[in-house]
Amino acid sequence: MDISTQSTEAPPPAPRSSGASQKRATRGATRPGDRVFLALSRGSGILLLVIMAAIAVFLTYRASLALSKNEGNFLTTFEWNTNVLPPVFGIAVLAFGTVVSAVIAMALAVPVAVGIALFITHYAPRRLGGPIAYVIDLLAAVPSIVYGLWGAIVLVPHLNGLFGWLDHYFGWTGIFTWQGGAPRSMLTVGILLAVMILPIITNVSREVFRQAPQMHQEAALALGATRWEVIRMSVLPFGRSGVISASMLGLGRALGETMAVATVLSPSFDIQASLLDPGGGTFAQNIASKFNEATVFGQDALIASGLVLFIITLLVNGAARYIINRRKEYSGANA
Amino acid sequence: MAKRIDVSGLTAYYSAHKAIEDISMTVEPRSVTAFIGPSGCGKSTFLRTLNRMHEVTPGGRVEGKVLLDDEDLYGNGIDPVAVRRTIGMVFQRPNPFPTMSIFDNVAAGLKLNGSYKKSELSDVVERSLKGANLWNEVKDRLNKPGSGLSGGQQQRLCIARAIAVEPQVLLMDEPCSALDPISTLAIEDLIGELKERFTIVIVTHNMQQAARVSDRTAFFNLSAVGQPGRLIEIDDTERIFSNPSVQATEDYISGRFG
Repeated sequence: MDISTQSTEAPPPAPRSSGASQKRATRGATRPGDRVFLALSRGSGILLLVIMAAIAVFLTYRASLALSKNEGNFLTTFEWNTNVLPPVFGIAVLAFGTVVSAVIAMALAVPVAVGIALFITHYAPRRLGGPIAYVIDLLAAVPSIVYGLWGAIVLVPHLNGLFGWLDHYFGWTGIFTWQGGAPRSMLTVGILLAVMILPIITNVSREVFRQAPQMHQEAALALGATRWEVIRMSVLPFGRSGVISASMLGLGRALGETMAVATVLSPSFDIQASLLDPGGGTFAQNIASKFNEATVFGQDALIASGLVLFIITLLVNGAARYIINRRKEYSGANA
Repeated sequence: MAKRIDVSGLTAYYSAHKAIEDISMTVEPRSVTAFIGPSGCGKSTFLRTLNRMHEVTPGGRVEGKVLLDDEDLYGNGIDPVAVRRTIGMVFQRPNPFPTMSIFDNVAAGLKLNGSYKKSELSDVVERSLKGANLWNEVKDRLNKPGSGLSGGQQQRLCIARAIAVEPQVLLMDEPCSALDPISTLAIEDLIGELKERFTIVIVTHNMQQAARVSDRTAFFNLSAVGQPGRLIEIDDTERIFSNPSVQATEDYISGRFG
């Protein structure tokens, strides 16, 4: 009891300080199996930290080589010229494209994924829920280049109608105007990314919803809640942090997705006000399409942009963790 | 406020398995009726048929009639959701909504019903918490989560939540079995007060509890494992515990089985 409450608050140090004699009793008989396992698990933990540190050092070092010679402002320049002297390059376009396409993907995928997950766990008869879940699992296993090919061959030609419709009815918003270019724009990327991250968000949400405690669902039912109200009162609040985690997994994939984006986007180094006009780029797409032909200096510059992507991902994860922790008191865990 | 329940020929199934068979009884308004009997005899199942919670279980199915005053709860065109709003339920394990504050827990049922005024809401919450003898303990922390309360307090919170919507009947499924003796006593006292306003049905494994709180007691039994549970007899509690008319009841109450 005492140990368990301590260990939830401060995992590693607390148990060590509490009950030292007990610890000694278990440690006294150092069986070979225990020692081997301790060494293995400790070694794995340390290895992880070493690898992380090595990556960070490598990225920072190579990035700093490029940044020190950059004549443009790295954050605000709308150019990527690493082969001229002096070199001028900046990530403004990439950061914009990455964030916008990921946001579109999330906005499209999360509601659908939550809907599918709820359908599988709380609406569909078991005969139907099982096969649907299986198909979603299969979707998660499709390689991203296959999604890219599908996007380029099937999705893009079919988007003309949608783009025309959006331009006609929502063109006044400014972000849905369309000048009639090939539909290889940020919205195309967002739609494709949404399809790609749908399975992971669905699967994780489904597992969380499935674990929603029966007793809280019954509590809602007994109050005279309809099925939707049961979900609203007991299932969604319970699954909230899980859905956020699931979305972050999806977002991580959307931010870092390379080949699929490179296949459907017509990249350019400028920012389009409209989501429908082709152009723009993302960090991962830019690295993939430029890395092979880049000079050593060009590689350093691309690495610098990769570092920014890394930082954005870290910030996103941190924000998610903050949202999850903020209402921990109310989470289902302590019920 | 309180209504009479008339059950006739009620049989309940879990898929193909018949859990209880041919149960008929009357539950008087403004009284406490206790269900006792060995584990697996179907008393909880029967309780859950009274507010149509049984059919929520996959494969759950009911035959027979349950009249609330003169309305058949299983009649055509009766909405089970409406039934559950009329007949409240308290469960074995306290189950306040963990994501809601104490206030919101009590208000949950009212918010479902849709029409409420903000000012009324806090009145009803206060009245319900007072009705559940919990007001003095929580009035300074209504915005704290309900899961932070002790087990006994949580169970009284669940009772407050159930009575906030002013049900006709209150069903309690072993409400004290997860609680310590002091919390149990608090709930038993509360049941004594609540029966002034509600028809109460309580399932209990604790025969002293049945003797303490109830006016009428129903004894359920099953002839063998796998056989459906049946109502052996229902009578005034005093009579059941002193001079039951069926031998099986006396055997069970005095600790002799079979």
